[in-house]
Amino acid sequence: MAAKKKAPVKKASPTKAKAKKPAAKKKPAAAKKVAPKKAVAKKGPSNQTLKELHLKMVRIRRFEEEAGRMMEDGKIPGALHLYVGEEAVASGVMQHLSNEDQVTSTHRGHGHLVAKGGEFKPMYAELFGRSTGYCGGKGGSMHICNMDLGMLGANGIVGGGPPIAMGAAFSAKFRKTNNVVVSFFGDGASNEGSVHEAANMAALYKLPCIFVCENNGYGEYTAQANHQAIVDVADRAAGYGMPGVVVDGMDVMAVYEAAGEAIERARNGAGPTLLECKTYRYYDHVGIRGMGMNYRTEEEVEEWKRRDAIQSFEKRLMQLKVMTAKQIQAVHDKVNKDIEVAIEFANNSPYPEPHELLENVYNEA
Amino acid sequence: MSEAVKAEPRVIPYVSAINEGVRQVLLEQEDAFVAGEDVAGAGGVYGYYTGLLQEFGPERVYDTPISEKGIIGLGVGASATGCRPVVDLMFMDFIGECMDEIANQMAKMRYMFGGAATLPVTVLTMAGAGQNLAAQHSQSLEAWLAHLPGIKVLCPSNPYDAKGMTIAAARDDNPVFVVFNKASLALMGEVPEGSYEVPIGKAAVLREGKDLTIIGISRMVHEALAAADKLKELGLDVEVIDARSIQPFDTETVVNSIKKTHRALVVHEAVRFGGFGGEITAQIQEEAFDYLDAPVMRVGAPFSPVPFSPALEQIYMPNADSIVAEVKKKLEL
Repeated sequence: MAAKKKAPVKKASPTKAKAKKPAAKKKPAAAKKVAPKKAVAKKGPSNQTLKELHLKMVRIRRFEEEAGRMMEDGKIPGALHLYVGEEAVASGVMQHLSNEDQVTSTHRGHGHLVAKGGEFKPMYAELFGRSTGYCGGKGGSMHICNMDLGMLGANGIVGGGPPIAMGAAFSAKFRKTNNVVVSFFGDGASNEGSVHEAANMAALYKLPCIFVCENNGYGEYTAQANHQAIVDVADRAAGYGMPGVVVDGMDVMAVYEAAGEAIERARNGAGPTLLECKTYRYYDHVGIRGMGMNYRTEEEVEEWKRRDAIQSFEKRLMQLKVMTAKQIQAVHDKVNKDIEVAIEFANNSPYPEPHELLENVYNEA
Repeated sequence: MSEAVKAEPRVIPYVSAINEGVRQVLLEQEDAFVAGEDVAGAGGVYGYYTGLLQEFGPERVYDTPISEKGIIGLGVGASATGCRPVVDLMFMDFIGECMDEIANQMAKMRYMFGGAATLPVTVLTMAGAGQNLAAQHSQSLEAWLAHLPGIKVLCPSNPYDAKGMTIAAARDDNPVFVVFNKASLALMGEVPEGSYEVPIGKAAVLREGKDLTIIGISRMVHEALAAADKLKELGLDVEVIDARSIQPFDTETVVNSIKKTHRALVVHEAVRFGGFGGEITAQIQEEAFDYLDAPVMRVGAPFSPVPFSPALEQIYMPNADSIVAEVKKKLEL
């Protein structure tokens, strides 16, 4: 896609907050490069890969829409941080990973698990707090995980994931595997000291660790311009001695391409990359409408929605004659049906028994 | 083997016992590695990693940056994915730098994941006053850890336990902290060669008595033993228990002792207010109230940071005299 000029918000008053046109822009920093524009050119991904990317994004979007609706209807207890709008990032990255490759996630973690192969039934069951959930109902949205799929957990602590990812990547190298670990974190988390320490150590030890910054422009309710003096988090990569790459996070092919390079680099023993994906969450920090905080404009949200990752990719799939409109609709129908079945499963699942309260505090084996 | 060639008991210092424990872990567990600040090239600031880099090589022993979040995160991530890391937190006071990684990640991951994660990670750290290192390098913060479900906490008071607890910690499939005591590093004691475990969750009765039970943590055990000698002169026959493992805590051994002695005193070097002694005291009241002939006594550091000046630090730390003074006051001897 054509690179658009960024209009970064200089001042932070919500009324002034104009939509950023978030596209890759070349920066002079030596260690940094922009993802190549050859997205579908050269020996591009197969039609099968394109279809899988599409399916991942649709699965995330629909999972989250229903989860958000049920939270606001009071059917799901607690707080959900929803991934709607950011689907291209998880999907484009995860397409390169096997179950032996691992990821650490964020508080906004459902999308990562879906893209990593998570199934709807145990995911909804977990959000419902039922014993059939991936964590037996003891983790919930903010700690949902599946170790077998290599998903080392959502995390309720902003910046909690990167040190764990670095440790897992250390382990992958120590055990002489060829696996990589991806650490997702946000622009907000990029200001946590934990991210700094993890990035430095990953670069120092040349670990197979990829730091994917999902820059959605806000740390909770605070605009990026109000929480850091830089526009591109990837600028910090140079300080760690790793490449920093900025990519349009609303373009699944751009993410796929850039993530592929970073992951290949890591697999080849060349160490970590900081890959920043400029993206946007359509919903509030929590839930859909959230707590009604006035921190961004409707116009800004609408402007990003016009660049919706799924809609634009579906247009492209049709242009490339990879899928017809009918086939695309069939994907949506199938996902909707799966969701319906999964919600019913979750609804009918039992809650954990009281004795489970004290189980797995320790490994008693 | 004849009587004549029977080897003398081997006596080594606490610091060497730690070294032997870590070495044993690296020998018997191929998934184990050691990582921490200055542990490889320098052998650790207190020297208890000396020689390990040379013996096991740079693929088993790692210097890290001064990054406690990273070090504990390394332990969490590596242990959750197939390794058995031994990570070093140079001074226990630095725990503030990595409390999220300890309290919110390491302690909770298994539980939050419904048992899907196992974290066989060992954290070795150094606590205690007595070396004029002032307020930020002298604390005993074991109670902070004991309050966290998901973590085990060991406080070895002597060379035998320092080695055996290090090995036990590394063999355990849970996060275990071994909190050493820096003023005990030169303490000599009998230590077998080779591998052995000191069981986690078991207190040790170091001296038997019938009039009073003193429960000590870490170095205070030795002060308790010295106090017992002094109290003997006053006609009190004192039993001394080394708590050793504070999470899990061996309530049973303590209660059994109090059923015999009917009096109890708890001593630790940590600040008395809110210290682990409060928990021990509560356990005693819950489990042995009917056997008590006197209120449970507590001795600990005063409610202040650890002072620098040797003159002040000496009166800050509890000792045999302060234990005796407390007993005399409370029991009106």
